[in-house]
Amino acid sequence: MSPTNRTVVVTGIGATTPLGGDVASTWEGLVAGRSGVTPLTQEWAAEQPVRIAAQIAVEPTEVIPRPQARRLDRSAQFALVAAEEAWADAGFTAKAGEEGAGVEPERLGAVIASGIGGVTTLLGQYDVLKEKGVRRVSPHTVPMLMPNSPSANVGLAVNARAGVHTPVSACASGAEAIGYAIEMIRSGRADVVVAGGTEAAIHPLPMAAFANMMAMSKNNEDPEGASRPYDTDRDGFVMGEGAGVLILESAEHAAARGARVYAEAVGQGISADSHDIVQPEPEGRGIQAALRNLLASTDLDPAELVHVNAHATSTPAGDIAELKGLRAVFGDDADHIAVSGTKSMTGHLLGGAGGVESVATVLALYNRVAPPTINIKELDPAAAGLADVVRDEARKLPVDGRIAALNDSFGFGGHNVVLAFRTV
Amino acid sequence: MAATQEEIVAGLAEIVNEIAGIPTEDVQLDKSFTDDLDVDSLSMVEVVVAAEERFDVKIPDEDVKTLKTVGDAADYILKHQS
Repeated sequence: MSPTNRTVVVTGIGATTPLGGDVASTWEGLVAGRSGVTPLTQEWAAEQPVRIAAQIAVEPTEVIPRPQARRLDRSAQFALVAAEEAWADAGFTAKAGEEGAGVEPERLGAVIASGIGGVTTLLGQYDVLKEKGVRRVSPHTVPMLMPNSPSANVGLAVNARAGVHTPVSACASGAEAIGYAIEMIRSGRADVVVAGGTEAAIHPLPMAAFANMMAMSKNNEDPEGASRPYDTDRDGFVMGEGAGVLILESAEHAAARGARVYAEAVGQGISADSHDIVQPEPEGRGIQAALRNLLASTDLDPAELVHVNAHATSTPAGDIAELKGLRAVFGDDADHIAVSGTKSMTGHLLGGAGGVESVATVLALYNRVAPPTINIKELDPAAAGLADVVRDEARKLPVDGRIAALNDSFGFGGHNVVLAFRTV
Repeated sequence: MAATQEEIVAGLAEIVNEIAGIPTEDVQLDKSFTDDLDVDSLSMVEVVVAAEERFDVKIPDEDVKTLKTVGDAADYILKHQS
């Protein structure tokens, strides 16, 4: 097989989310239809128009030793927790190059993205500068706030030398990172890549800014019911935080070391709307283009598609544009696609979303279960006419034969990324 | 009142513990910040700033380079504290 057309598989998964501190608890929460959204009780939240968010279930400082944690931005802490879980889950018992590691540093990459970067460090240190003066600004500020910090720190943790990258495309960043990693392996640059997304932006400034854009739900009275993709009364997304990471590996490399394979990472479709800096193109034109690019560049068979983990942030315009795009490209095949909006439970992790939702998509295939979209009191008729939305409760996927699923991620700036996975 | 050498070493030990996680009893006069105590160049800046505050002393950047061991730092602080 030519090194430019190698099969890529998923051999490890890791996550730390508002539903749990690892993959098992996160998946249990998703299948059970549990909301991770809670009231913000911090002092600064009192004057905010939005006082709810999906906050991390397990503080990373409970897991990462203090001297290490204090020089990592919160987004890098999440990434490290998820990456270490994924690394161990893939069966790697040491960092690359060490005895028994199973991969050479020169053949190992890391691609972890976030939408906003080290924003809590940047703003926290600005507070230090104003309140305590120049001398007290931490010397760790720059390596903590730079957007490539999660990727670089994960790369250091596993000893990745084939390349460490950070694609930035707002809420599509995590998915774009995984797409980039697939290409690194397919093109022969690496055999194993640690890839995913992370975000930590629950801070008064981003919360005020997103609220002032009128992008977030102001349903402060009902935190658990606030994130409601496809519901007639949906009024915006709920901010979430956390990280999700995959270990991607060439099929030959995985087979040679006898690794468990969760799914094949079939490929990606990418496009740009070039329509508006924040508004989605209402007909899903860019989404259609991404899906067509996916079909043109892979052997994905739409007849095998049974599940989409939708971007579905719970905004009035975006949720429907995505379904229009799916229907336009897949036609009648959309009838057998179970569409899940897991942000109804996790909130919107921005750059972390593509990572966490790729973990969910891979597990949906592996366990043959589609998680539900919760909080739909009245399904938007526009959605009902376009897609088979999994609402209220998890749904079993076909038990026999090869099945495939997509993870959609779109970002401010008009970025569209679709990732495809299928059973092996 | 100026701190004694013993008090300075105890203070430095608490600072190094906070920043690098090294047990306070391991922070001894002959220990090198870099080689023995896991204090890299950026963390050394943190140690210096914390020490300045604690012992009311100014340690200019050009002098930081001369502080290789805990003993170097303790002597410097002993000599320059106000």
